[in-house]
Amino acid sequence: MPFAWLFWGAANNALGANPAEYLIRATGDWTLRFLCLTLAVTPLRVTLGLPELLKHRRMFGRFTYFYVVLHLLCYSWLDMGFEWADIARDIAKRPFILVGFSAFVLLTPLAATSFNRAIRWLGAKRWQRLHRTVYVVAVLAVLHFFWMRAGKNNFAEVFVYGFVLFVLLAWRLVRSSFWLRFVRLSDFTR
Amino acid sequence: MHRNLFSRSSDSGFTHPTIGDVTPQSLYLQRREWLRQVAAGAAGLSLAAWGAREAIAQVPHPGKLAPLAGGVSRVSGANTIEKITSYADASSYNNYYEFGTDKSDPAKYAHTLQTKPWSVEIEGLVKKPGRMDLDDLLKLSPLEERIYRLRCVEGWSMVIPWVGYSLAELIKRVEPLGNAKYVEFVTLADPKTMLGVHSRVLDWPYVEGLRMDEAMHPLALLSFGMYGEVLPNQNGAPVRLVVPWKYGFKSAKSLVKIRFVEKQPVNSWGRSAPQEYGFYSNVNPNVDHPRWSQASERRIGEDGLFAKKRKTLMFNGYEAQVGQLYAGMDLKKLY
Repeated sequence: MPFAWLFWGAANNALGANPAEYLIRATGDWTLRFLCLTLAVTPLRVTLGLPELLKHRRMFGRFTYFYVVLHLLCYSWLDMGFEWADIARDIAKRPFILVGFSAFVLLTPLAATSFNRAIRWLGAKRWQRLHRTVYVVAVLAVLHFFWMRAGKNNFAEVFVYGFVLFVLLAWRLVRSSFWLRFVRLSDFTR
Repeated sequence: MHRNLFSRSSDSGFTHPTIGDVTPQSLYLQRREWLRQVAAGAAGLSLAAWGAREAIAQVPHPGKLAPLAGGVSRVSGANTIEKITSYADASSYNNYYEFGTDKSDPAKYAHTLQTKPWSVEIEGLVKKPGRMDLDDLLKLSPLEERIYRLRCVEGWSMVIPWVGYSLAELIKRVEPLGNAKYVEFVTLADPKTMLGVHSRVLDWPYVEGLRMDEAMHPLALLSFGMYGEVLPNQNGAPVRLVVPWKYGFKSAKSLVKIRFVEKQPVNSWGRSAPQEYGFYSNVNPNVDHPRWSQASERRIGEDGLFAKKRKTLMFNGYEAQVGQLYAGMDLKKLY
C-alpha cells in the first residue's frame, strides 16, 4: 500500500519540491516501520496469547526487505545516479551510510531464507540462529537513522523508533534471562 | 609576388575553420555572461535598457504579496541567466527551523510571524549605532533585482530573483570603527509566534556572521523581497541576508540585530555541530560534509527524478567575484 502511494506520487509529481529526497526518506521510514512490526510479532503473540500472529511474521519480514531494497535503490539511483565508484566511496567514507549498508547486507540472507524449505534445509535451529541477526539489524537501523538526524539534533522520530525497538529487544532479553535462570534452577533441583 | 587583397585566389579567399578555431562552448557562455554584464552595467544606456527589459521579462510575478520592484543590478555575477525556480517551490520548500524542521513546516506555520512594525538594531563597533525602522532601511539605497543561485548545504539548489541592495551600503552608512573585524547577524526568536523556538534543535536566537570583507562584498545582499514582491514570511520576511557563494544557512532570515565585533562570532550551526558546519561555509565541491558529498546538487523543480545531479561549482559559481577574498586560505581547514 505505501508503495502504491509512493509510486503514484512519483508518477504524478505529488511528492513536493524534492521528490528524490522524499522517496529516499519515505522508503527508509517504511523499512523501519516494517522492521518494528516484524519484531513485534513474537512479543505480542506470547503476551496476548495469539499464536496465529506468527503467520504474519514472514510477510512483515519480506516487506521490511522489500522497502530496504527500494531505499537502497532510491539512494543509488536518485541520489548517486548509479555511479558505482561514487557509491562505493560513499559507503566506505561515511559511517552512517556504512551502517545502513551493513544492515542491508545482514538482512539479505534472512530474506533469501524466508520460505519453508529453507528452514528444512538449514535445520530449524540453524535457521533460527541465522534469523537472530535481525536483532543486530535493528540496532544498526536505529544507529543509521540517528546518525542521519544527528547533524540537526532532530531526534524526536529517532527516539520513537529507537524506543519501540528497544522495548521489543529488551522484552526478549528479559525473557531469555528468566528462562535461563529457570533452566539453571531446575538443573539444581534435579 | 604581391597579392591584391581585393581579388583573392580561390585557395586563400576563405579559410575553413579547423576544430581549434571553434569557440569552446564554455568560453562562448562566458562571453555571453560578460555581454550581459556589459549590457547591465557601464556600457551604453541603450544596452542597459535592453538588458533591463530582458531581466524584468524573465522574472514571473506571483501576485501573492505586495509588489517590491528592483532595478537591474550592475554588480558582477548578479544576473545569472539560469532558469528561475518556480515561486511555488521557492516558497514551500524552506529551512526555517524557528517554524519547524520539516521543509514544508515554514510555509504552514510562518503566517504567525509579525513583520510590522519591524526594526533592526545596529550595535557594537560603529560610529552610528541605533535602531533603524524597516521603512528607513528600504529607503537607504536603491533596490535592485539580483538573480542568484542558492545552494543549500543539504545538496539542493534553486535560482531566486531577490530584491534588495548590497549589505555594504548599510555598513558604509553606519561607519564601522577600525577594530570592527566581523559582522554578526541576530535573527528573531519569538516563542509566541515561532513554534520551532520551543524545540531545542538549536540555541535560539539563530546567529550568523561574516568577516568584514565578506560583508562588504557587493554580492552580499540585504534582501527585502523576491520575485518582485516582498519576502514571504517563510523566506525570512521582512529583511534577510543573502550570501550567494555560501551555503544557504549563512543567509540569516528575519534580521533584528546587526552587530559589529572584533572577534569571529560563533554562528548557530557552528555551535551546534562544529565538525560539520564551519564559520566560512563557502560552497565548495571539494570539501565534503561528513555525512554526504558536496560535489553535486539537485536543482529543485528542474532536474527530473532520474536525472543526474549537476556538479556543484566552487563558491557556487561566484569564484571570479569572491575567490580573492580567500586567497592563501586553506579551505579544507577553514571550511
